[in-house]
Amino acid sequence: MAAQLASGAVGRRLGDRVILAATIALAIVMVLPMLWAVGLSLKSNAELLVDTNSVLKAPWTLRNYYDILIGSGVFRWLLNSIIVSVGMSLGVLALSSLAGYGFARLEFPGRNVIFVLVLFGLAIPEQAVILVRHQLFSDLDLHNTYAGLMLPGMSAPFGVFLMTQYFKAIPTEVDEAAMLDNASRFKIFWRVLLPMTLPAQATLGIFTFLHAWNDYWWPLVSGTNEQMYTLTVGIASTQMNFAESAGLGYLMAQAVFAGLPILIVYMFFQKYIVRAVSGAAT
Amino acid sequence: MSAAAGQLSELGHTRVQSARAGAQQSRWSHMLYVAPFLFLYVTLLVYPLFAGFWLSLHKADFFGGSRFVGLENFVRLSNDKVFIGAVGNTFYFILLTVPALAIIGLGLALALNRTTRTAAFLRGVFFSSSVLSVTIVTLLWKVVFAPDGGFLANLFEAFGKQPVAFLSDADLALPAIAITTIWWCIGLPMMLFLAALQQVPRELYEAAALDNAGRWKTLWNVTLPSIRRTFALVVIIEVVLQFQLFGQAYLMTQGGPNNASRPLVLFIFEVGFTRWDVGYAVAAGQILFGLIAIAAMAQYFVARRKEAF
Repeated sequence: MAAQLASGAVGRRLGDRVILAATIALAIVMVLPMLWAVGLSLKSNAELLVDTNSVLKAPWTLRNYYDILIGSGVFRWLLNSIIVSVGMSLGVLALSSLAGYGFARLEFPGRNVIFVLVLFGLAIPEQAVILVRHQLFSDLDLHNTYAGLMLPGMSAPFGVFLMTQYFKAIPTEVDEAAMLDNASRFKIFWRVLLPMTLPAQATLGIFTFLHAWNDYWWPLVSGTNEQMYTLTVGIASTQMNFAESAGLGYLMAQAVFAGLPILIVYMFFQKYIVRAVSGAAT
Repeated sequence: MSAAAGQLSELGHTRVQSARAGAQQSRWSHMLYVAPFLFLYVTLLVYPLFAGFWLSLHKADFFGGSRFVGLENFVRLSNDKVFIGAVGNTFYFILLTVPALAIIGLGLALALNRTTRTAAFLRGVFFSSSVLSVTIVTLLWKVVFAPDGGFLANLFEAFGKQPVAFLSDADLALPAIAITTIWWCIGLPMMLFLAALQQVPRELYEAAALDNAGRWKTLWNVTLPSIRRTFALVVIIEVVLQFQLFGQAYLMTQGGPNNASRPLVLFIFEVGFTRWDVGYAVAAGQILFGLIAIAAMAQYFVARRKEAF
């Protein structure tokens, strides 16, 4: 019996080792494309033209990064991405908090019907509305503006749904206590309830930011002026004429430059980002 | 992300509770809180949806020319080989990606569901690709798949084999895009499975340990039955997500060679934004909407019927 137990434990430990080794091997496969891109970005374009295996040997150079610093649209695109993503996130947070509070706590005519109609919006995919929306923005002259890039993201009902749920979960005793102090409705919302929803604000804010940062289709058809490219669209525009004009090393340096900010943010806020993304999916 | 269906799942748990505390009066002025959102919601989502229904019955171009043609666009779609091919490609792509995402995601979650630092680090690695935008992902994988000087080409040559032009081979283009997509999207299923594994009651494992159940027996009899619902949810969420394949195909192959890797959404994009055959593109969009709605409905029922699983 004891021997059996012991052999079981040994088998278990061996099994653990095998699983760990397999997972690490898979993790290496996972990072290989990233390492390959970083490697290429550190080589001169001329050398890569002859043989890309030269990545493994010196000389390496920062020339491609220097070229980006002095003459590339990447900085402008980065700035655009930051403006659009931050703006859209703030907009979604403000609209969703107000509406969430309204649906969860206030009475107004037709409230329940309106809320159900808003929930139906969750099932509308962007692809089903994007063409009409594009025409609408043409008519309103909103293409190639920051507002034009931000507004569509603010019309999605997910945030309202999330905030309504969250406000409902706060006990009404909290409001009643504040009401005894003669606080106005807006004051209760702003001073008492809103601070209690910070975790939901973080989830929603991160989710919206990532979505805006990585969105491709809408900025592709709306921000068509090179000065209005987001980082995602800008990087895509360089790869359409792949490796012909700019050089492979330069292209990879751009990819690294564009991917690094979000990976750094990810490293610092990993826990929150994972929670936001998986929370939003289910 | 899984916008559409994702949150519909919660619909079942949502009941607008009437009659709030404090015997509050119903007032129009209270609507001011929801009005800003409602305005954007109606103008940018509801109106375009219904205008789209109407537009799909028209032969319309970008310059405002429009003529009522009834269901002609839908008849045209049913005879359009490129459209039918695109629908087929989309389903094939789902078949290539969704089972792999679900099974690899589950495997990773099972392997990394522990509190060690190594496991935490590895979880971070497997999720890291998910935060990159599609344009960076495709750029990375293009230089992996490139036939001259690509990572795989170099590897093939090192082993004395001919390099393969993955992205310009009709049989390999979509599988190559699928591999890229699995690499990009593996983080979400892994995290969803990890969250589900955390919910499995400890007592079940303690009972299994008392029964001297081995690793496989515990996995088979305790773990997997406990996360069946999550498995179904992950599959449906991924079906909805992968249905919307666009950027990878657009940037890696432009749908080629010979339409072999053109998915439905890319078809809509090209018809609508490069051929400006707007009514026709919107009609194709309605088909997509219908297909996604079916998947979203499935998700709603799976999410609601907790006890059935």
